[in-house]
Amino acid sequence: MRIGVIGIQGNVSEHVDALKRALFERNEQAEIVTIKHKGQVPTCDALVLPGGESTTLGKLLVKEGISDEIKAMHAAGMPIMGTCAGLILLAKEGDEQVRKTHQHLLGLMDIHVNRNAFGRQRESFETKIDLFFLETPYNAVFIRAPAITYAGKDVKVLGTLDNMIVAAEQGNLLALAFHPELTSDSRIHQYFLDKVFR
Amino acid sequence: MMELEKLRHGTELIKRGFASMQKGGVIMDVTNPEQARIAEEAGAVAVMALQAVPADIRKAGGVARMADPQIITEIIESVTIPVMAKARIGHFVEAEILQALGVDMIDESEVLTPADDKFHIDKTRFTVPFVCGARNLGEALRRINEGAAMIRTKGEAGTGDVREAVRHMKQITGEIRALAGKTKEEIMLTAREIEAPVELVIETAKLQRLPVVNFAAGGVATPADAALMMRLGADGVFVGSGIFKAEKPELMASAIVEAVNNYDDPQKLAEISKGIGAGMKGISTDTIPPEQALQTRGW
Repeated sequence: MRIGVIGIQGNVSEHVDALKRALFERNEQAEIVTIKHKGQVPTCDALVLPGGESTTLGKLLVKEGISDEIKAMHAAGMPIMGTCAGLILLAKEGDEQVRKTHQHLLGLMDIHVNRNAFGRQRESFETKIDLFFLETPYNAVFIRAPAITYAGKDVKVLGTLDNMIVAAEQGNLLALAFHPELTSDSRIHQYFLDKVFR
Repeated sequence: MMELEKLRHGTELIKRGFASMQKGGVIMDVTNPEQARIAEEAGAVAVMALQAVPADIRKAGGVARMADPQIITEIIESVTIPVMAKARIGHFVEAEILQALGVDMIDESEVLTPADDKFHIDKTRFTVPFVCGARNLGEALRRINEGAAMIRTKGEAGTGDVREAVRHMKQITGEIRALAGKTKEEIMLTAREIEAPVELVIETAKLQRLPVVNFAAGGVATPADAALMMRLGADGVFVGSGIFKAEKPELMASAIVEAVNNYDDPQKLAEISKGIGAGMKGISTDTIPPEQALQTRGW
């Protein structure tokens, strides 16, 4: 088993550490690789798209030739988790802000996103939210976070905040507006690993 | 409506988390909305909104202050990526104004004329995160103790000469390496010598890196300079005058972004560095009289 973390920019090492912790807890083995170049995605069994700046990530995913590899592996059924900027990249369509920056989207998930739905950094926050697959609330960290403004019929909403969708899944795709890699609570990485080891 | 009292803003996790999101990225100095859009298009992770780039501040002389809020607001409205801005060392009111404007991170910067010769800003009482310059481990840890969520090397801003940034990065990483293998009492002695809080020195010794994100800044002018700083252990790079004082800013900006992603691949760096025009002319740090050095501001 091999899990790739897109390592171009952003919260990469935090996701690697969170995956290692989650694997240890469930007593399973997997190799974790960070990916900056072409040729590595097709060797993986699962993929994480970390948070960072979506404009930067989108540009370099195309330039490095990784974008098409992700699309192909998605078509082949690979589980993919996107957090924050990663959620934006998974989306089919963005808001005005996303369009005007010519943001590259992978377009894998039938969702529309609002890039900075919760405002600027001074409005960033942490708060406890309810997620449908967890029994107790999860302390979620929102940093200049996006939100899902539309979810297609194949998309299952997993959590909302102030009537905005902040967690959703569609088949093997898992999208989160917040940062599960910034806290020590590994339940979301576990939920993703359930898809990987299924 | 959202129950606002349940949202915790400006926590240490939120501030450091923002800084962490910038890792592996390039933050570019801009002085107007057009430059900001060029930076965003090139793949910058954030822009630093300024009245003038450091090279011009250096040339102009006089007192350098926070940028005109009008310029900062125009830049904020022109891009979707985070916008940072500089406040003078110790000038907490400039910092409050920047926070009120919606700036995403404040650089308490030696590039501007210091407003206080004894105290840096108490950064813990702000909601937005701060980045501060440092030349050595003691200075970095003092800033972190005051609440900085990100450290950058001071280098020598506005010169296009990377030597001082190299010196400061090697100094900090070297001091951290030297902590490995020290006993607790030796670490306590070090903490006293470098005038840093002992808890932060112990944490740094254990992590074998700074407890916050550590960027390179001050003299980065080419893709090779940016890659050099990444090789020396920087988490990302600030480019000040290096973009818009270059012959072809768009090409230079894009090339530096790509160089940071490919910093360990000389073959790719060679391709990236081709045909991008000349870097900024610059000024060798050798020829700068000590009283004109910016890096000695702050302590």
